[in-house]
Amino acid sequence: MSLTYHLQVVNLLAAVLLLIAFAMLSQRRIVGLITLFAWQGTALAASTIIVAWSTAQHHLYYSAALTLALKVVVMPWYFFRLVRKLDVDRDVEPMINIPTTMLIGIALVIFAFNLALPIAQMAGTVTRSTLGIALASVLLAFLMMITRSKAIPQVIGFLAMENGLFFAATSATYGMPLVVELGVALDVLVAVFVLGIFFFHIRETFDSMDLKHMERLREK
Amino acid sequence: MEIYWLLGIPLAGGLYLALWGNRTHAPEINAAFSLATLIAAGTLTARIVDEGPMLAGGDGWFFIDAFNVFLVALTAFVAFTTALFSRPYMRIEQDHGRLSAARLRLYHASYQIFIGTMLLALTTNNMGILWVAMEGATLATVLLVSLYRTPAALEAAWKYFILCGVGIALALFGTILLYFAAEKVLGAGGGALLWTHLNGVKAQLEPVVLQLAFVFLLVGYGTKVGLVPLHNWLPDAHAEGPTPISAVLSGLLLNVALYAVMRSKVLVDGALGVHSLAGNLMMGFGLLSVVVAALLIKRQTDVKRMFAYSSIEHMGLITFAFGMGGPVASFAALLHMTLHSLTKSAIFFAVGHATQKAGTQVMDDIRGLIKTNPTIGWGLMLGTVAILGVPPFGVFASEFLIITNAMHQHPWATPFLLAALGVAFASMFGKVQPMVFGETGLPRLPHQPALAPVFIHLALVLMLGLFIPAYLADWYRQAASLLGG
Repeated sequence: MSLTYHLQVVNLLAAVLLLIAFAMLSQRRIVGLITLFAWQGTALAASTIIVAWSTAQHHLYYSAALTLALKVVVMPWYFFRLVRKLDVDRDVEPMINIPTTMLIGIALVIFAFNLALPIAQMAGTVTRSTLGIALASVLLAFLMMITRSKAIPQVIGFLAMENGLFFAATSATYGMPLVVELGVALDVLVAVFVLGIFFFHIRETFDSMDLKHMERLREK
Repeated sequence: MEIYWLLGIPLAGGLYLALWGNRTHAPEINAAFSLATLIAAGTLTARIVDEGPMLAGGDGWFFIDAFNVFLVALTAFVAFTTALFSRPYMRIEQDHGRLSAARLRLYHASYQIFIGTMLLALTTNNMGILWVAMEGATLATVLLVSLYRTPAALEAAWKYFILCGVGIALALFGTILLYFAAEKVLGAGGGALLWTHLNGVKAQLEPVVLQLAFVFLLVGYGTKVGLVPLHNWLPDAHAEGPTPISAVLSGLLLNVALYAVMRSKVLVDGALGVHSLAGNLMMGFGLLSVVVAALLIKRQTDVKRMFAYSSIEHMGLITFAFGMGGPVASFAALLHMTLHSLTKSAIFFAVGHATQKAGTQVMDDIRGLIKTNPTIGWGLMLGTVAILGVPPFGVFASEFLIITNAMHQHPWATPFLLAALGVAFASMFGKVQPMVFGETGLPRLPHQPALAPVFIHLALVLMLGLFIPAYLADWYRQAASLLGG
């Protein structure tokens, strides 16, 4: 199989990544969000493996394995468990209605492609064309964080941002040095568990996972 | 060798306190671990002063020079005095029923881990690990900010996590861009993110990419420094967390985050030439922080919130001075960093005892501290006077240097700085004065609080105002020259 063929697959997976980011924006249910997050992880890991294979960058295999283990298996499993324990799987009404969010999302994608253009031109990697998509998925995840008022969707948005950043690292430089990727993965894992504990505290105190209750602290 | 002790002791302490921290002596054990860390930091400092900068571990995983060893020493020192202060303070909180033994265990373990991650951030040579350690420091403190589990504390901790998390994600993108630029010159692999390697080739790094990387790094780490308009988490986290945590957040974490910005700035300056975007951006953010924070101080009713805004103001001033660059401004900024850490943590110690005795953080309800307890009253008054820059305290000297230097380099900025400092002075002094000297019907408190750390810190600040020992001045000068300009 030739390099161009591999590249086409990577580009396809990048497109899937972007589609999932949009799907997350429009998803109303928390369980649906978690499933989408797991699929995004899968697409990320698959594209990392293909890049690793076609460019003989062996450290990327570890990075793909990490993504697969943490973002496809451990974290979704943990989130499903949390949702069941906290019993919060109901429709989530986003703060801005979904069509408007989608339109803002499209504008963000255009902005991301423009921002990535000069950097992508300088990159020596074969995957540079996907840098714009990576940035776009970071921004879309950010948008999701802003427009949701529930705690778990905000955290999934945060993790989806991390996914986008990993993808950006892969497409611009074939990934960060291994020790850094390990450190980042450790941080993300710790963050998820700390927040898991934290959710129970929120639940205990507010009797709800809706962060709209959290509006006491502001400047008068 | 010292470096492994320095990082190993707090991490071992965290583990030990997490596993066996239920016993009655946990606060003493916490202080003992902090003392051991301080000794390790002291020997490391002595060695750097004798032998100059050094690389340690493997291919140079750790790099210590005059700039970071001074922050290592400061961090270990304030961490130790805060542990001393927290010993009686947290015991009283437990007696008041605000905390259970299990939460105290979490508190002690997280405290040590927090100190450990900050020391790792300061000593690592790898810009990627620096990011990992900064995020680790946030995670270690999220559950500390929410320790009291009140609705307000949970909200503050959530805000802290989400805002700093988003900020730090931007810093990660900045780090990726930095690696992207470095990889072209240094080749792929772990070596391309080592600061010493980057510093060696900084003139060859692609300026456009580095410019963009710095914007992301500044916004990312700047969120943790508390620069306006990214400061929203800071007053809440300081006001709602336990007071020893407010002291270390304000006195140490903000410095470490600014350290990360400065390491990046040195690289960007090398790639772009000295008077560049990096300095201007820092001056802009710094000035905005000084002015906005000074105006907001006036509107505060909660004493810890007010001092949190004062921290934003001072970090803004330091950022502004670093942004100006040049030997004098960098010297003044380093001095101000030290003085702010010492003074602000001393103030939080005094405020902690005052609010604990009064049972409230609302300033209008705290009156006549000088009558109910002279030690706390004087501690708070002297601390406030010191942070407001009244001579002969050291803060006056560093602020004076920064402002005179600003008059030379950027005259347009001086009126803003002077006005902001004036407003901050008037509003803060006006609020603290009745707290200390006002009328009160409360009786004199029977027991004396342990406030030795407050007075040790204030004595050091006073000493640095009257005279800076030659070796210390030399040290600051060396550090300032490392920062370029």
